[in-house]
Amino acid sequence: MAAPKKGRRPTGAQGRPGRALAIILIAMVALTAGMFLSKQTTPRLGIDLAGGTSITLKAKSEPGKENAVNETNMNTAVGIIDRRVNGLGVSEAEVQTQGRDHIIVNIPKGTNEQQAREQVGTTAQLYFRPVIAFADGAPAAPEGTQSPSPNPSASGSGAPKAEDGKKASPSATPSSSATSQGRALSEALKAPTAPTPSPSASESKKADDTKAPSPSASAPATADEAAAADLQAKFAALDCTDEAQRAAVGKGVKPTDPTLACGQRGNAWGKWVLGPAAVEGKDVKSAKGVIDPQTGQWIVTMDFNDRGSDAFAKVTGELAAKQMPQNQFAIVLDGAVVSDPSVSTAITGGNAQISGGFNQQSAQDLGNMLSYGALPLSFQEDSVTTVTAALGGEQLRAGLIAGAIGLLLVVIYLLVYYRGLAFVAILSLLVSAVLTYTIMSLLGKGIGFALNLPAVCGAIVAIGITADSFIVYFERIRDEIREGRTLRPAVERAWPRARRTILVSDFVSFLAAAVLFIVTVGKVQGFAFTLGLTTLLDVVVVFLFTKPVMTLLARTKFFASGHPWSGLDPKRLGAKPPLRRSRRTGSAPAPVEAKEA
Amino acid sequence: MSKLGDLGAKLYRGEVGYDFVGKRFLWYGVSILITITAIVALAVQGLNMGIEFKGGAVFTTPKTAVSVAKATEAAEKASGHDAIVQELGTGGLRIQISGLDTDAATDVKKVLAADLKVTEADVNADLVGPSWGEQIANKAWTGLGVFMVLVVIYLAIAFEWRMAVAALIALIHDLTITVGVYALVGFEVTPGTVIGLLTILGYSLYDTVVVFDGLKEGSKDITKQTRWTYSEVANRSINGTLVRSINTTVVALLPVAALLFIGGGFLGAGMLNDISLSLFVGLAAGAYSSIFIATPLVVDLKEREPAMKALKKRVLARRAAAAAKGESPDDGYASEDEPQVVAQGRPGRRR
Repeated sequence: MAAPKKGRRPTGAQGRPGRALAIILIAMVALTAGMFLSKQTTPRLGIDLAGGTSITLKAKSEPGKENAVNETNMNTAVGIIDRRVNGLGVSEAEVQTQGRDHIIVNIPKGTNEQQAREQVGTTAQLYFRPVIAFADGAPAAPEGTQSPSPNPSASGSGAPKAEDGKKASPSATPSSSATSQGRALSEALKAPTAPTPSPSASESKKADDTKAPSPSASAPATADEAAAADLQAKFAALDCTDEAQRAAVGKGVKPTDPTLACGQRGNAWGKWVLGPAAVEGKDVKSAKGVIDPQTGQWIVTMDFNDRGSDAFAKVTGELAAKQMPQNQFAIVLDGAVVSDPSVSTAITGGNAQISGGFNQQSAQDLGNMLSYGALPLSFQEDSVTTVTAALGGEQLRAGLIAGAIGLLLVVIYLLVYYRGLAFVAILSLLVSAVLTYTIMSLLGKGIGFALNLPAVCGAIVAIGITADSFIVYFERIRDEIREGRTLRPAVERAWPRARRTILVSDFVSFLAAAVLFIVTVGKVQGFAFTLGLTTLLDVVVVFLFTKPVMTLLARTKFFASGHPWSGLDPKRLGAKPPLRRSRRTGSAPAPVEAKEA
Repeated sequence: MSKLGDLGAKLYRGEVGYDFVGKRFLWYGVSILITITAIVALAVQGLNMGIEFKGGAVFTTPKTAVSVAKATEAAEKASGHDAIVQELGTGGLRIQISGLDTDAATDVKKVLAADLKVTEADVNADLVGPSWGEQIANKAWTGLGVFMVLVVIYLAIAFEWRMAVAALIALIHDLTITVGVYALVGFEVTPGTVIGLLTILGYSLYDTVVVFDGLKEGSKDITKQTRWTYSEVANRSINGTLVRSINTTVVALLPVAALLFIGGGFLGAGMLNDISLSLFVGLAAGAYSSIFIATPLVVDLKEREPAMKALKKRVLARRAAAAAKGESPDDGYASEDEPQVVAQGRPGRRR
């Protein structure tokens, strides 16, 4: 960009000015090259400029937990949603409370809106429930509609994605294919105790996991006959391919009751009968999708807190002793099954991993859900507002026009007042602009910086700050010339003093920007960030560009001779030729002093 | 141009100058008056808080043939609340309805879209509850507090505590004036305004720091001479840096003005306008206070020092003696009273 322009400057002439200019030239070339190499040639735009989606979530008061919707819980939820949104790689997403029970999530266009809405809006309550029965998503009646893998036949992890072998090598999972769903269910409900405890023969990857399974009374509370029959009837009738039914399933069920649930298995819908919640999502300390170094496969690792690890050890112990599908537990998110890994051994020690059939996306998604799934409240999507990009584009254009005019005004002012010197200032502003632009573009990818409207304001306001430091230096040089110095010593003598002023005042500006950045949120941060960045760049430009260029220019005849158009004409500046006898500046008598005396 | 240059030179040499310090009580008076006006306006009129603080909705529509008056009527009918409608530079409308809660807003949006004959999808809706603004305001207060403490510490180290105190007073003064202007004129206070206000922090101090820097330098060896009192030196510093202060302020104001009049004018009220308006007011106040308030305050604080009192005494005594001898106060000084400069043979060197 401005790099070639700079190349023509007398860089590398001699000594330090050349070196400083070379450094900034290299920096500019490197940044510009980096920008093009990373294909980030424009700054990322924030939601108010690019358009995007704003989601309003409303906290629901749950029966029995009427007081749960309070400030603390709301703030916790905001924190969780915020982290979750960041987990999606969405940045500049704002998550704020609004009113007593609303949370607003702003998601810029260009991110996977659907995915974000799913994770932000509906990921509210997460439970690990033991699986009692599983069937294909459609009602039980039609036989033979079993698509991908209605019932896992041989191994616990044959199905893609959601179906996972737990921990131990998938194929080693005990398998006994459940027969027809109806029978399996009734058997399961009537005799929930594990029929065949089959200790896993598999070598598990963690030593502490290889505890003998404890065959015991199964987790599901012994449902009495009537309830079981009722559940069975409902299960048979449930059609998970129907959206309305999906939405209704499991509504209002307490975590301590058995329930029905739908979920996607591979590309098809499945339905489950699930036992009471064994572990709550909030007991998951952290979870993430990682690559298993041993197999090179994507897996999801989980860390539980103390309560979670105890409960998880207990339930996995129980499950491991059972047969398919009852050796599985379902990870249930707001009533929907997101994963149903099977268990081959009791997992103690508080950490576990889910493996099998993940790709990067699905592993990381599940990791996010598990990590941040435990909201203290449940939310419903209250409204989703889409900001059309058209309005944002207009605002951006208005901002850019304003910026261009502001810049033009500054340039005109500098030209009128400083004449030749103004070109130094204009070039410095250009260098500053190139650095700011390239860094902003790179930061879009680097730290997810997104240019929003306040940030554009910040950049425009920064033109003034940047020009200020040139003025401080130029005025200093002119003062030195007024003292009767020739340009070369004037430039050098003015520098240390101007430098100090520039550093002190830039520090104050930077401090303001930093404080603003730290204590504020969302949009304000964009403004503060831009101010801080440009203040830092101002120092860089003044040190590495303006000063060296002045040093070089002082050697040219045009400036050194004080050409009337150079802005450094000693006569015009009122320099006093007789040096020795002059009263020095600090000392010239002011007319005022007579009055004061 | 050349006149301006001359003025700069004269100011620099102290040939002309305004007695900022001598007339400080006049300017203190002016500032106190402004401050009182601001506080009264704030108390009587209060601030016109935007919907971000009261809760409400802003709808922005694409180009529509419906008039502003009709749209206002439609909006008020649809929502049952007060509505403010502005036409945008694009031919669209910006409809602001206060007091509307988010539940109702979706329905209002539907009705509005139908009334204004635009598709609902093209209507941008910005629904805000009352706590968003509150949050920003709270954070702004925190930021203000943190910044003031830090900057006072920094200025006390970089300069001295008197300058830090004076800068702080000038800063509070600027903020009061800005808020007062908002109360008086009735500009809407939005989160953008708050952002602008916080930015004034850094800017107002930028000017003050430039002036103080000159003052610090000018008064470096002040006790080694008997020619000027501290207040005279301070006044000279202000005059000497006047051109610099004016130029930095003008240059800072130009982009902000462009933002205010072009950006804001084009889009009507909005974030651009809010930030730039408060910046504009605050910058102007900041430039004024750094010259008329901050430095005179330093003088007031400084001249309480025994060293400065003694200096003043010496200076006055010297002048009296000179007057008695019938000499002009200017004469016969350079040789005796400024040994550090003469000895070095470096006229003009001030440090």
